[in-house]
Amino acid sequence: MIEEIITSGRMNPEIDPVLHAWGWEIPLYLFLGGISAGILIFSAYFFLRGRQDELPTAVKWMPLAVPFLIGIGLIALLLDLSHVWYAWQLFTNIRWESPMSWGAWTLMIITPLSVAWVATWLEDIFPKWDWKFKEVQTAVDWLKDQRRIMAQILILLSVILGMYTGILLSAFNARPFWNTSILGPLFLASGLSASSALVVFFSKSEVEKRLFTRIDIILIGIELFMIIHLFMGHLAGTQVHIQAAQMFLGGPYTVPFWTFVVGLGLVFPVILEIMELKHKFIPAIVPVVLIVAGNLMLRFIVVNAGQASRWLY
Amino acid sequence: MRYAMAIDTLKCVGCNDCVVACQTENSVPIGYCRDWIVEKTTGTYPELQLEIRSERCNHCANAPCVRTCPTEASHYAQGGTVMVEASECIGCKACITSCPYDARFVHPDGYVDKCTFCLHRVTKGQDPACVAVCPTHCMTFGDLDDPNSDVSKAMATRKWKALIPEAGTDPKVFYLI
Repeated sequence: MIEEIITSGRMNPEIDPVLHAWGWEIPLYLFLGGISAGILIFSAYFFLRGRQDELPTAVKWMPLAVPFLIGIGLIALLLDLSHVWYAWQLFTNIRWESPMSWGAWTLMIITPLSVAWVATWLEDIFPKWDWKFKEVQTAVDWLKDQRRIMAQILILLSVILGMYTGILLSAFNARPFWNTSILGPLFLASGLSASSALVVFFSKSEVEKRLFTRIDIILIGIELFMIIHLFMGHLAGTQVHIQAAQMFLGGPYTVPFWTFVVGLGLVFPVILEIMELKHKFIPAIVPVVLIVAGNLMLRFIVVNAGQASRWLY
Repeated sequence: MRYAMAIDTLKCVGCNDCVVACQTENSVPIGYCRDWIVEKTTGTYPELQLEIRSERCNHCANAPCVRTCPTEASHYAQGGTVMVEASECIGCKACITSCPYDARFVHPDGYVDKCTFCLHRVTKGQDPACVAVCPTHCMTFGDLDDPNSDVSKAMATRKWKALIPEAGTDPKVFYLI
């Protein structure tokens, strides 16, 4: 058997022996961005369908969390930047080839827009809400008239935000495990699934709970389908892609991925949700915690595994 | 003008002079390196083959680091070299994860750093520091578009390879084999 031993004298911190440029900050940011996108998509979509009174949790209540989730995500993102005082440089350029650039611009627009969206619902959900200043009241009243156009823009930007969290990674062909365009739709579906699970948990309406349980079951089915396709694509790829897939098929990520992401994060909660639809009693906290934790785990594993996969030379 | 480097793997002895010269010339922080030595042993004992390579940023013509940089800090400069403008770098590390050669690192001051082909020397008509100090004269540097440059002559007379051409990066560091 011909053997090959490669010895490198390079030992740069965070690069060698295994790339670890991104720690916990990026997966956390991708997770929060995905959930925020999911919440905004459902809120805006069901508002456009005129179902805000039938589905109050999804349309009115859940968006309240979005500015906070995006805020924490942005703090994580800033903590990751090693030259953070130059972060404003992101907004002196638009680089279409760089997903990080258009992601930054999307966040720049969607963050204030989500605050405006929440502001239009505050009087609905807190009847005693008082804006104190007449000018603010006038501005919010004007925003309320713009809800339709806001919802349309929110859907578009949220889909971009949800997809971008995956495309950010798949744009890097140097990391074979990330180098699949299915990560974009997979992360979008996963963000939508986590947010629908949260709606089911927080909703007090039986109609809303059942609708979002159904939606979540479909989304989890789509996620499982895409995960299988992700591995099929890699296994039909080049040697480096096959080796990247093998990290999950016998390699170091096999147990964490198939147990915590697929088993406990997707398959088990979807069984619980199906039982719920059949009127079996399932404590509401169980599926939501499993789904959200599985979502977070998916981001952590994908970010770490991608950095561990590399070209051979 | 397309700057390139050709490194003779049959002459390189892996002495690390190029690494030290670069660290000294460019004040590379302790514990980091912009170029490094790779030793690749192939075969089964006692039938072994050894290839020694001095590696660095490949100054790719289709550089993924330039493509993924959100601020244009990573950019193409004179002679097709790939450079980082520290005052535009936010330290997002997108370029580090995009480089199939892992040639970049975060400088302790926060910005991303890597080999510059010693452009500050090249523009004065000197060779890059690594090329200048090599005791076996295994490295040549010059303009690929000039058929009389050292690098063009070396590549015209020898078999050569680039690293990971299948990554589609069009690298500009070549290895004479």
